[in-house]
Amino acid sequence: MSDYKHSVSLDVEKCKGCTHCLKRCPTEAIRIRDGHAKINADRCIDCGVCIRICPYKAKKAIFDKPEVLQPYKWKIALPPPSLYGQFENLDDVDYVLQGLLDCGFDEVFEVARAAELVTAYTRRYLKRDDIQRPVISSACPVIVRLIAQRFPLLCSHLMPLLPPMEIAAIMAKEQAQKAHPELKEEEIGICFISPCPAKISDVKNGIGGEKSHVNVVVSMADMYFSLISVMSKDQTPPPVSKAGMIGIGWASAGGEATAIFNDRYLAADGIENVIRVLDDIENGTMPNLDFIELNACNGGCVGGAMTVANPYIAKTHLQNLRRYLPVSQNHIPNNKDERYIPESFFMKETVTYHPAVQLNQNRKEAMKMMADIQQIHACLPDLDCGSCGSPTCHAFAEDVVKGETEVDQCVVKMREKIKERA
Amino acid sequence: MNEVLQFHYDVDGEDFTSAGEASVQIKKNLRQLGFPPDTIRRVSIAMYEGEINMVIHAGGGEADVLVHEDYIEMILTDHGPGIENVNLAMQEGYSTAPDTIRTLGFGAGMGLPNMKRYSDSLHIDTAKGQGCKITMKVFV
Repeated sequence: MSDYKHSVSLDVEKCKGCTHCLKRCPTEAIRIRDGHAKINADRCIDCGVCIRICPYKAKKAIFDKPEVLQPYKWKIALPPPSLYGQFENLDDVDYVLQGLLDCGFDEVFEVARAAELVTAYTRRYLKRDDIQRPVISSACPVIVRLIAQRFPLLCSHLMPLLPPMEIAAIMAKEQAQKAHPELKEEEIGICFISPCPAKISDVKNGIGGEKSHVNVVVSMADMYFSLISVMSKDQTPPPVSKAGMIGIGWASAGGEATAIFNDRYLAADGIENVIRVLDDIENGTMPNLDFIELNACNGGCVGGAMTVANPYIAKTHLQNLRRYLPVSQNHIPNNKDERYIPESFFMKETVTYHPAVQLNQNRKEAMKMMADIQQIHACLPDLDCGSCGSPTCHAFAEDVVKGETEVDQCVVKMREKIKERA
Repeated sequence: MNEVLQFHYDVDGEDFTSAGEASVQIKKNLRQLGFPPDTIRRVSIAMYEGEINMVIHAGGGEADVLVHEDYIEMILTDHGPGIENVNLAMQEGYSTAPDTIRTLGFGAGMGLPNMKRYSDSLHIDTAKGQGCKITMKVFV
């Protein structure tokens, strides 16, 4: 797992070594060492909480600059529905799509279209008898990584269909090659406009065991500012949008789940809430449900760390946009077998468990370490102040036993020592 | 000497909403120790059912978990009313839980049967009015 390419990174110059990110990281992946934050790559799930929380803007997502797209002969933009929610007083998605063309893209393919197909196939998937229920959505890459790290029994519950972004990329490439047979595959550049760092990591590391069809990922915030300078209200854009209510609904929490047309669902958003739900499912204390939609960000994708608008206002914008749209504008072909899903929609590999918290491969050794941790923890003040550079006193005890820090780093213990000497 | 890890949890009988927390805690610890997922699942379910029982019937109690290299022992002790007829209590669907608890989805009479199902050995030491001590073992 250590060769995993993360998109969340640190600007050491800007980091003051404060404890904001340390205390908020949901997987305890951050430590403050030598005066600045360090991210443990094995534990980081690219949720972006630290990017949002850092008062000094020292945490950032590594994404591609739009120039990276220049060498490609045919540039295709993949706008996700969360992009539409960023704009005030927008009454038609076509303004955004035209704006993207005016920014220099040759073609636009809406991710919402693929989302509607994924929704339709999810309905079929839920009709199967040989699946583990509840089925957990795999659209949010943070959730997939979290489950792979911490919830071994839930890996088989993850929906094995590719996320809408990937389906959109595949479809866009096929469509472009059909319309322009003279284009070579490597001349087509597919650019996803991402609301979050996790989607970037997804593209860089491959999705479902395969290289992503997305070539470039730009930040939604960057794209937003390019768009508002070219979007014009004076010219009515050609009507090209093919997204319905369902596709656009995917941008905010609950949109994916409600589109399944099945009451036995649950939708949770915000990483802490998500972890509680996953604990409950694993413990078997959930009521019988068919589908679980989980979003790491508050409010869903509109709450991503690289969005511009307040996620709740973005949701309101989306409600306005959805109002007079057909329920869905993208339909799957009829099939005699009402459980049929084409192979191309499936991930090549399913998600497997990669524990990130195990103390030692050898259980005997791990038990010895945990005994030492308990012993050290018993002497600590339990203030969880973070001054030692570890998020909690327990994590500190763990770090001491792992040899990553020393007991003397505890300021409370240090103060006691000084008092004794005085 | 074989290393044995001991974890102690107070199960609060006053606060029904916190029931199940010891189960989550022990699950985290077992994960860190690298126990197989199936073992962890069985321990956490058996523990959860035991915890819920203590809260519903006995006003809380204590849970001690002894982690051995090849098995996990859970000892749940309470000072509640005790179980009058253990055989009856072990029957699926038999429950003495009050209606208020049942509206929450608990009290289906599956607590003890599930504890038996998910553990490799279950021993109940109880008498009417004398509380209850339940010892469960789950082998890896």
